[in-house]
Amino acid sequence: MTYIPHTDADREAMLKAIGVESLDDLFDAVPTGQRFPRLDLPAPLSEPEAAWEVGGLAASNVAAQDYAIFLGAGVYNHFIPSVINHILLRGEFYTAYTPYQPEMSQGTLQAIYEYQSMMCALTGMEAANASHYDGATSLAEAVTMARAHFRGKRSKVILCPGVHPQYRAVARTYHQGSGMQFVGDKGNATIPDLIDMLDDSTAMLVVSYPNFFGQIDDIGGLATAVHNAGALLCLVVDPIALGLFKSPGELGADVVVGEGQPLGIPMSYGGPYLGFFATRKKYARQIAGRIIGETVDKHGRRAYVMTLRPREQDIRREKATSNICTNQGLMALAACVYLSVMGKHGLRRVAELCYHKAHYAAEQINALEDYSVDTSKPFFKEFVVTCPRPVSAINEHLLEHWGIIGGYGLSQDYPQRENQMLVAVTEMNTRDEIDTLVEALRNPDAHAGHAH
Amino acid sequence: MTDEQTTQSNATLPPLEPLIYDLGAPGRKGVNLPDSDVPEARLPEHLVRTGLDLPEVSEMDVVRHFVRLSQFNYSIDTGFYPLGSCTMKYNPKLNEDMARLPGFALAHPLQDTTTVQGALALMYTLQAWLAEISGMAGVSLQPAAGAHGEFAGILMIRAYHIANGEPNRTRIIVPDSAHGTNPATTAMTGLDVVEITSDNNGDVDLDRLREVCDETVAGMMITVPNTLGVFEGHINEIVDIVHGCGGLMYMDGANMNAMLGIAKPGELGFDVMHYNLHKTFSTPHGGGGPGSGPVAANEKLLPFLPGPVATIEEEGDGDIPPLYGLSMPEQSIGRLKAFYGNFGMLVRAFTYIMLHGGPGLKAVTQHAVLNANYIRARLKDSYTMPFERICGHEFVCEGHWTDAEGVHALDVSKRLMDYGFHPPTNYFPLIVPEALLIEPTETESKEACDAFIEAMLTIAKEAKDNPDLLHEAPHKTPVGRVDEVRAAKELVLCCRPIPAVEK
Repeated sequence: MTYIPHTDADREAMLKAIGVESLDDLFDAVPTGQRFPRLDLPAPLSEPEAAWEVGGLAASNVAAQDYAIFLGAGVYNHFIPSVINHILLRGEFYTAYTPYQPEMSQGTLQAIYEYQSMMCALTGMEAANASHYDGATSLAEAVTMARAHFRGKRSKVILCPGVHPQYRAVARTYHQGSGMQFVGDKGNATIPDLIDMLDDSTAMLVVSYPNFFGQIDDIGGLATAVHNAGALLCLVVDPIALGLFKSPGELGADVVVGEGQPLGIPMSYGGPYLGFFATRKKYARQIAGRIIGETVDKHGRRAYVMTLRPREQDIRREKATSNICTNQGLMALAACVYLSVMGKHGLRRVAELCYHKAHYAAEQINALEDYSVDTSKPFFKEFVVTCPRPVSAINEHLLEHWGIIGGYGLSQDYPQRENQMLVAVTEMNTRDEIDTLVEALRNPDAHAGHAH
Repeated sequence: MTDEQTTQSNATLPPLEPLIYDLGAPGRKGVNLPDSDVPEARLPEHLVRTGLDLPEVSEMDVVRHFVRLSQFNYSIDTGFYPLGSCTMKYNPKLNEDMARLPGFALAHPLQDTTTVQGALALMYTLQAWLAEISGMAGVSLQPAAGAHGEFAGILMIRAYHIANGEPNRTRIIVPDSAHGTNPATTAMTGLDVVEITSDNNGDVDLDRLREVCDETVAGMMITVPNTLGVFEGHINEIVDIVHGCGGLMYMDGANMNAMLGIAKPGELGFDVMHYNLHKTFSTPHGGGGPGSGPVAANEKLLPFLPGPVATIEEEGDGDIPPLYGLSMPEQSIGRLKAFYGNFGMLVRAFTYIMLHGGPGLKAVTQHAVLNANYIRARLKDSYTMPFERICGHEFVCEGHWTDAEGVHALDVSKRLMDYGFHPPTNYFPLIVPEALLIEPTETESKEACDAFIEAMLTIAKEAKDNPDLLHEAPHKTPVGRVDEVRAAKELVLCCRPIPAVEK
């Protein structure tokens, strides 16, 4: 009972004040037949025992601290400056609740306001919310916004096949009862093919920038086509890529969503991450989730507060824009600290390092006899390699004999892409690691002898 | 409108803390990055952006800025936080260390499952423990928050009826005392909300329930103990009535801190429920997330769980551990987010349950309920209690008095800040006038409860003797009451100018 401070004397005094005899008397309202069931759980452990047990589970995983990793597909091993964790571990931040009481929450509120401002700057948008659960749910909420915007009169959403497969799956899960229809992503549709699908029932067209294969599609004229059809353009973006490439605002996007994990958040086996969401100011009132706004206090001092509250579930109930009442507050703080410490120059540098290293790796792999890299479009930090063997077999070899976590096998989601590996290279991959990967691919039977 | 989205001109006093953008100087850097160790590739100039409007600050600028900001926050680590329905219990430090172990923090979610057996073993075991605690058949850890878990549960109920050839079951019954997420969730799934009233005891009105139960009912969502802090007097009857018309029962698990080892929702007859790991199992609230909202289901709804879930692919044998994997339940409603849930939160909850075991969890609930009833008993002569009965882990009282005209629950809350306490939840549940929902949790000592009680008693006196003290509160916080109307009207959501190219 480590965290329960009560002494016997406390319990006795408190029960007396309440007017009952025992702790069990507090539960008389629970039906007797079902009261006090046995919980069949392991016996409690002390703190050091629990630390050993959990530590043992962690240690049994293969993870990026001991292995070179070329796996991405939406989650990346980027550099995380030490300062972030130190700020996140401030108890004043991580043990606070949602800032419903602004007088006691200016720290969280200003930090999230700064986060919103940075996401606007990065995406070229005018309004960002305080975050969603992850990139996939941000996309689902973008569809919800489009549905609300057109009041159900437009129900078609055109999805590019190059949008992350899991994001597309989540958007469909969210909207299985909402009446929205998803089209466009079942084959090999190109951007011009998607433009051909636009009509007066189209609510939104969704393209990934870069796409799931790491490439920058030519989307120069896309916004005009989408807007001519009266629809909204949503871009799913990698925030690190935006350190280098034109902003979605410049490309005419109406909504920008994406996964904020690359902004200083560990891979952590899939979460917690950060779904960012930014849009034009004219759509701000249709955004789901929390939004922080600037105002003043009664003395005339600048202050921040959760605003547009009447959209939210606790007030609007079944008419709310969403049921959301949690964001990923601490993860938004992580991204805010990351973008602050990286700053204007650092984020650009990280993006350039990714670009240079990915291009070096692609060139080396493309030079191998049995491998070819898709260089048909510009790419950022990921590229597609067609391999001579199934990706799973290659990855087993890489892990077993070379200490390398290989790329993502694309045939899991795209059956026509047999033997295609999506390779991710970030600023964390050294030239030595890249050269080792190339060597390992060149010699499928050789063993490096430096597997961990 | 002006391009500068700023109301700074409205502020007459200097800010508590400048914006990060107002710190630093052009050219200043906060981090050292390595030179490229590969030949630099040519950048595709026609695709490259020209400006990047981010701060230019040093690491120390960043540290001081955010540490100062942190000091404007109230938190569990700084004081008592009796926020009803939120379960603001102490967040053990061990949890933080465990979630940051490199074997967890640096594992990629798309690694081959054979390389992440530790993570999968943890997930599988946590699924089993949460199933045991709830008396359910199985659990999916995917939902990222309580509302996300609710969404999963109602989608499962919807999918179940469709699979059974009853797509006309489209109505979800929700009591008027419910969390706002319940009706909002129902609307998101495309189903219709039927709200029913509570009786004078704060219980579901059984006659009204019978009236609305017919062949169009998909199910009912209720919170146990309910949002008024009381165990429904006739939970068995409610379950029977809804099941009797072919509906399913959803339990909102927000109040599980009153249920551990006291009753299992599965044994009470619920078909599906969600947990809030960030309430009941001590994972931190993080200033508004990340949370974690696993959903638990009985045999009937098990095939519909969101996925993937952790499974055993090959049974273990003696010293050989089982081989864990991931799979989608047979008739799954699908993925609710990318990957498998907020894994870092799962590590924390797993650690917490491991430290407690069965008897420890029961003690958690016993003491949470003890603290709530103790405070209720000591306040009942000074605050109106709408329900005169033993409460669960929280209770509702009214923040107004006939002999203190113009004083509202909000004033009581703001005055509590002057005494160094976070206020209770205000104006929820909606059916109690001037509601103050108070939840102390088990981790607060008797002394902490006593100090809070003294402050509440003092405020009740001040409300009558010197109501201006309440109206003008808070006096001692970093900022005074803020102008929420102006925030919504002027809508300043970003401190940066819109880039020139956007004009």
